[in-house]
Amino acid sequence: MTRMRTRFVVLHLTVLALLVVLGVRLYQVQVVRGKEFVADATETRTRAVVVPAVRGQILDSTGRPLVRNLTRLVVSVDRTRLERMPRGGQEVLEKLSAVLAIPVAKLRERLRSCGPGVSRPCWTGSPYQPIPVDDRVTQREALTILERQEEFPGVTAETQAVRDYPGKADASQVLGYLQPVTQQELEKRQGLKASYSGVDLVGRDGLEAVYDHELRGSPGLRRVQVDRMGKAIGVEQQISPVAGDTLITSIDARVQELVEKALADAMKKAPQADGAAGVVLDARDSRVIAMGSVPTYDPGVWTGGISEAEYQRLLSEKAGKPLVSRAIKGTFAPGSTFKVSSVSAMVADGYPINGTYDCPGSYMVGARPFNNFRGIGLGPMNLHTALVKSCDTIFYRAAYEMWQRDGGMQPKSTAKDPMAAMARAYGFGKLTGVDLVGESPGRIPDRFWKKELWAATRKTNCTRSKTGYPEVKDAARAAFLKQLAYENCLEGFQWRPGDAANFSIGQGDVLVTPLQLANAYAALVSDGKVRSPRIGWALTRPDGSSHKVIEAPVIGKLPIDKKTRDYIRGALSEVASDGTAAGAFGGFPMDVVRIGGKTGTAEVYGKQDTSWFASFAPTKNPRFVVVVMVSQGGMGGSAAAPAVRQIYEGIFGLTGKPPALPAGHPAERLPVIGPDGTVKR
Amino acid sequence: MMSAPITRIRKRSLASRAIGTDAAVWRMDGILFVAVAALCTIGTLLVWSSTRTWTAIEPTGLLKKHLLNLCVGAILCGLISMVDHRRLRAYAPVAYMMALLALALVITPVGSTVNGSHSWIMLGGGFAMQPSELAKPALILLLAMLLSEPAEGTDRPRPLDVVLALLAAGLTMGLVMLQPDLGTTMVLTVITASLLIFSGIRKRWIAAVVLVAVTVAGLVWFLGLLQPYQVARFTAFMNPASDPRGVGYNATQALIAIGSGEIYGKGLFEGGQTTGRFVPEQHTDFIFTVAGEEFGFLGALTVVVLLGVVLVRGIAIARQSDDRFGALVAAAVVCWFAFQTFINVGMTIGIMPITGLPLPFVSYGGTATFANMIGVGLLQAIHSGRRT
Repeated sequence: MTRMRTRFVVLHLTVLALLVVLGVRLYQVQVVRGKEFVADATETRTRAVVVPAVRGQILDSTGRPLVRNLTRLVVSVDRTRLERMPRGGQEVLEKLSAVLAIPVAKLRERLRSCGPGVSRPCWTGSPYQPIPVDDRVTQREALTILERQEEFPGVTAETQAVRDYPGKADASQVLGYLQPVTQQELEKRQGLKASYSGVDLVGRDGLEAVYDHELRGSPGLRRVQVDRMGKAIGVEQQISPVAGDTLITSIDARVQELVEKALADAMKKAPQADGAAGVVLDARDSRVIAMGSVPTYDPGVWTGGISEAEYQRLLSEKAGKPLVSRAIKGTFAPGSTFKVSSVSAMVADGYPINGTYDCPGSYMVGARPFNNFRGIGLGPMNLHTALVKSCDTIFYRAAYEMWQRDGGMQPKSTAKDPMAAMARAYGFGKLTGVDLVGESPGRIPDRFWKKELWAATRKTNCTRSKTGYPEVKDAARAAFLKQLAYENCLEGFQWRPGDAANFSIGQGDVLVTPLQLANAYAALVSDGKVRSPRIGWALTRPDGSSHKVIEAPVIGKLPIDKKTRDYIRGALSEVASDGTAAGAFGGFPMDVVRIGGKTGTAEVYGKQDTSWFASFAPTKNPRFVVVVMVSQGGMGGSAAAPAVRQIYEGIFGLTGKPPALPAGHPAERLPVIGPDGTVKR
Repeated sequence: MMSAPITRIRKRSLASRAIGTDAAVWRMDGILFVAVAALCTIGTLLVWSSTRTWTAIEPTGLLKKHLLNLCVGAILCGLISMVDHRRLRAYAPVAYMMALLALALVITPVGSTVNGSHSWIMLGGGFAMQPSELAKPALILLLAMLLSEPAEGTDRPRPLDVVLALLAAGLTMGLVMLQPDLGTTMVLTVITASLLIFSGIRKRWIAAVVLVAVTVAGLVWFLGLLQPYQVARFTAFMNPASDPRGVGYNATQALIAIGSGEIYGKGLFEGGQTTGRFVPEQHTDFIFTVAGEEFGFLGALTVVVLLGVVLVRGIAIARQSDDRFGALVAAAVVCWFAFQTFINVGMTIGIMPITGLPLPFVSYGGTATFANMIGVGLLQAIHSGRRT
């Protein structure tokens, strides 16, 4: 028995050793690494399901919806459940295919996850989020699925909110659009990262982008406890979604409609026009009442995912890049509309406001003659008439004299550059700060700009000054270009008298956006203060419980006194009745509403002129500033001015139709939103 | 040394044998009894917790069946513990033949397949029997009978008995392998090996047995005799991350469930992994994960310590037994329980490959409970049968 006893001792020790091994390992798993497994357990045991918040509406100044939400019946498929069925839920998909009349292969395409080598359509979101396979389902189809759930396990039909644009293509560039959130944006977000789904949309342009945070609201979260099969067995945590704010804008849907129509008509009348923009501002506070840009497009194309072909069309040159708002991104030479700045500069620089100035047909700026329009001399006149008749030579002369006083080709260190300084004071050459995305600052050229340009282009110019332009067929043109290259190579860094002269009439290298011009006119005809225009007027809770007014801040002040401003306004008040726009405004009831303004015809090399009309009304105590620009539209009085007239006629109801704005006033008070979300007007 | 003649045992009524002054019940190992009772109680709670979410209609259905199993097991345990273990020796061949018959019946069309293993006989009424479980105590009894008779003038078994024992064991294992049931085959191997070792065979024979075992294991592996799922389980054990959704899933989920219990556990019925049934077979082979999650390190350790108490008491009973048969039976029962305990707990905490073996006294399972209780009954019988 001793041998047996020895072996029992060995057994005893072995058993104890094994028990110690188990104990130590248990300690390691449960005590040392416990926290790690708690995290793993939470991850496997729960699924976070994001409940999207209803995005806020965008309303016009009277509460009419510009962007609203429509509910649409959407059929979604839970892929995790499908995968656990025999043959990957083929049977269910076949039944679904019969109901929705979509081939099974197409359904499968939509259900696969996006990834390398998988082209659209595919699913970018979380596999635990039901994947929408059809978002235009009829009531009957939805009921078929909901009533026979046992035949459609994992398939749901529910209503979802989608963006809807009652005004179709109106103000589409201002409103902007939504696109699915990108991976990078997701990573920047805290907390909801893992579970944010591809249905989550982000404002990409316009108001949707600028006010994205407020419109978005905050999504709810349901942390669902699931079992091994992914079946929900309980809710662990529930955070209700908070609907986004409603954005009330100062846009008036009817005026916007007028602007869109006027721009479209102007494009039709000017055969070579390739684009147009119109801006209507509230003259007193620079709130935007309407802003249009053509060609335009229906933002409905973004809803439910844009097709690749449609997207390429929106970006194409051929379609006129309808995504781009010419009102804030298009930069054009302003032509004579710019003369308000030049007159202001002259007065500020000491030119007598009531003085008499000669308006010859041609003026020698240095060694080069600069001509009036069509070279016609208009004789002596005051600045008032210079604006009304749009004399150029008076401004050439003033610009040349200022240039000389600044030291000419050897500029003094104290050079004042009164014309450029005044232009900047009007807000040209810098961003207006409007609440839109991608605004262009335009360009106010000066000595510094020339120097930079010269440094950047010297090499090409100096080479060309030797080699010439053999590829240019026209011999005279080639010679001109060679001479230009030579001059630019040699003294391109200099602010030459010709530059100064061109600048004074809004030609040459001056570039402005239609919104900048409108904003400058608003400052001129109101209180002399330059404001940052605003489209957003107020943000309110969807039940109207609170609202936050968005201010249009004052960002500058014109360095001219009221007398000068009134003088210029007075001069512009005769342009439509007796000046360059008299033709366009023939028969307009000036006794009812008197329109003031300035035409502009800016020459663009190799293209038709840019047609401008910058206006305001009524001339006494102006309420509106309306600017229309027609690219390649020809004369200011022939393309832009008629469009402006059409807009005013609509606003004030001068053609028999009821006025777009009651009594010709923009909305004074915010629309009242009731607790149920309805608007009381 | 000779075993006592059976004729010395007087004929007495069952009642007087059960509660008479010299009845077995008063000479029982109390510590063993308490430990087994505690394990059964904990096991009952765990089975309840892990099965109550199965059907909303009858959340206590499996609990009731488990309690019934325990009652039957307790009766079996009590009956066996009352029998003088020397008499058991006489019954050994009968028990073995019955077990063999039942195993043979399984491979006929009478048997049924559950979870890929053709090892069941359906009894109707929702009850089923797994003969391979009962083969464990039956084989112990037969081998102990064969090997407890030493050769003349030695304390080693006779070579003929060793050969017979190996044949009997081989026959049993062969039938179990046909099901196929790798786990039980391993237990039977451990039982056979432990009986051979404790019967006093020479060290070189032990070495030879080990060598043969290793060679056979190697052949089985390399000749591809294992089922694909068995190979996969082993691969997954070596590297659970290789297939987290497939075979490695069990191992990973078991670790998560146990680890997330931390020190104090989440409380009975509060284990989210258990409620969500993330660990498959959590009421049978993976019951220890429920203990780990809901009762924490302290609870899981208690289960291990209680099992340890059973084993240590078993060894003590084996050592105190004054005949070779009793000692061999006790030792074999200990090795059987020890092997299943270590493999079962080990696989749930990632130090052993996944093997379909229940945790003694804790896992749900009718026949396994009966077998375990018979094992305890044998230990008690040997304990109370010793000369005091």
